[in-house]
Amino acid sequence: MPTAEQHGFRPHTDGPVVPVQTRSERFRSVNVDDFAQVTGREHEWKFSPVATFADLIGGELDGSRVEIETTDAAGVEVSWIDRGDARIGRAGIPEERAAANAWSSFDEALLIAVSGEDEKVVAVTRSGLGATPRAAHTIIEAAPNSRGLVVLRGIGDARLSENVEIIVGEGALLTVVALQEWNDDAVHLASHFARLDRDAFLKHIVVSLGGKVVRVNPSTHLAEQGSDIEALGLYFADAGQHLEQQVFVHHDAPHTRSRVTYKGALQGQGARTVWIGDVLIGNAAVGTDSYEQNRNLVLTDGTRADSVPNLEIETGDIAGAGHASATGRFDDEQLFYLMARGIREDEARRLVVRGFLLEIVQKIGSPDLEERLTAAIEAELLGS
Amino acid sequence: MSVLEIKNLHVNVETDQGTREILRGVDLVINEGEIHAVMGPNGSGKSTLAYTIAGHPKYQVVQGEILLDGENVLEMSVDARARAGLFLAMQYPVEIPGVTITNFLRTAKTAIDGEAPAIRGWVKDVRESMSALKMDSAFAERNVNEGFSGGEKKRNEILQLELLKPRFAVLDETDSGLDVDALKIVSEGVNRAKANTGLGILLITHYTRILRYITPDFVHVFVAGRIAEQGGPELADRLEDEGYDRYLEPAAK
Repeated sequence: MPTAEQHGFRPHTDGPVVPVQTRSERFRSVNVDDFAQVTGREHEWKFSPVATFADLIGGELDGSRVEIETTDAAGVEVSWIDRGDARIGRAGIPEERAAANAWSSFDEALLIAVSGEDEKVVAVTRSGLGATPRAAHTIIEAAPNSRGLVVLRGIGDARLSENVEIIVGEGALLTVVALQEWNDDAVHLASHFARLDRDAFLKHIVVSLGGKVVRVNPSTHLAEQGSDIEALGLYFADAGQHLEQQVFVHHDAPHTRSRVTYKGALQGQGARTVWIGDVLIGNAAVGTDSYEQNRNLVLTDGTRADSVPNLEIETGDIAGAGHASATGRFDDEQLFYLMARGIREDEARRLVVRGFLLEIVQKIGSPDLEERLTAAIEAELLGS
Repeated sequence: MSVLEIKNLHVNVETDQGTREILRGVDLVINEGEIHAVMGPNGSGKSTLAYTIAGHPKYQVVQGEILLDGENVLEMSVDARARAGLFLAMQYPVEIPGVTITNFLRTAKTAIDGEAPAIRGWVKDVRESMSALKMDSAFAERNVNEGFSGGEKKRNEILQLELLKPRFAVLDETDSGLDVDALKIVSEGVNRAKANTGLGILLITHYTRILRYITPDFVHVFVAGRIAEQGGPELADRLEDEGYDRYLEPAAK
């Protein structure tokens, strides 16, 4: 007699879908000692190589100012504020130990304040963080009705655990690009907490290209009516690289909208990516419109991509909610088609991968940055 | 004058059920400027012949030769074959997300010519070819074959044929699934390409319908992996009347 599996009745590959708790009810604290020691079996750590960054989870962190280089733009003020400042902790607080360790350790927070209704771009580059385990705290705040694009870029060496708060005021239009172009042996753990006020729009883009272990977990609280998040991600894992992102969107007010699109490519032995996408549509979030998706393109053998979309809905009165995940090999038929038109194999591969990833790049909205990222992706492809 | 020669071609395919012999000794000579129709029932090996000429890795040549002006095509990679002047219009063109038609055509043209086409002339050529194939100019910015209807995909194949200007083109059931209007547009494109460049054409088809619009110089009937009969255009008329039963019966006995 056929089994249920043979009829196609199979549970999700991540097991029976019974959340331990509603996503918004996870334990939270700014104090590292409030969290238990990490074993690596916890749901938020189980995909991560925790042994490679035990120092960031539980060790002492250097909380002094990190070196930054910033471009100037009218309407953007960059300053350091004391850890006791009341402006800290408004967007969200840590849900896991490494983030709490950073929160417990930083001396001063970097405040990037955006105001004014004109379009403006500011790039803050962190470099030369060195091999010492460090903590950082950054607040990006867009005043009501302001517009701006903030790039937070990391290059060079780093062993960094950090928290980034993003506060988007009423009617503001903010783009934040977190750009990880670290050296090959860098380790970077980041938690982003965004809070969106009424009718605010945030475009949040995570681009992870360089670093040995890069884990950027953005969570967004759509706290007020009409707020809207477009969360985009782009990652390219080479041999031995671990790139992870745990994305959380909390619809907590009526008529909020979210679009989550993460795309990644994997190439080389031990290239590893993780994407977890949690969307919670709370009781108050009537009229929610939500869609999240993750796509991975596997270019060689020896890679592994985990992709776990989760959707929790507490109200039936929504406009739409969906999720999708697909991880596919490089398609040999596509390659044949392009080569049958005279295009050499390496160029054909580049064409396909570039096309796959550029969908994200094209949405950034800064021609300079788009051009630079296109070049960075080319370099990744040539690096094989 | 260019010539494409296929000599005693034997081709196998690996399947789950083991190795299958598909082509069992095919001989065919196509001169520049000639149109050869290869017709045959389903499963006779027509598409295998097309894909083997283009170099698809699924098909293993176990015996025989394919020569383009005396050069051994079988030793060339897929892309080298295209650069040498061979073109395959595919029966089921694949979608290539994220790659626009414009980008794709320019990349292919550059690869085949060995240099980038002069931009102004090229843009004009693309526009004119698209217009002749009744393709909306908005197609240029769409991703290759993504969301195209069957007819649009076939037109896109002929667009490439016109722009890449090969010496020999294999058209693998380009007529399948086309309504009569699309069939005419596609056929006109093929005839235009031949008038402009004098290419040789291997027209693979299941039906005689397309031969009303593209007149073959030679007709070859393909059965069970080899050519069972050949002749002039009149052979196609006979096939139209009688079908393939005449060839299949002896095999059934």
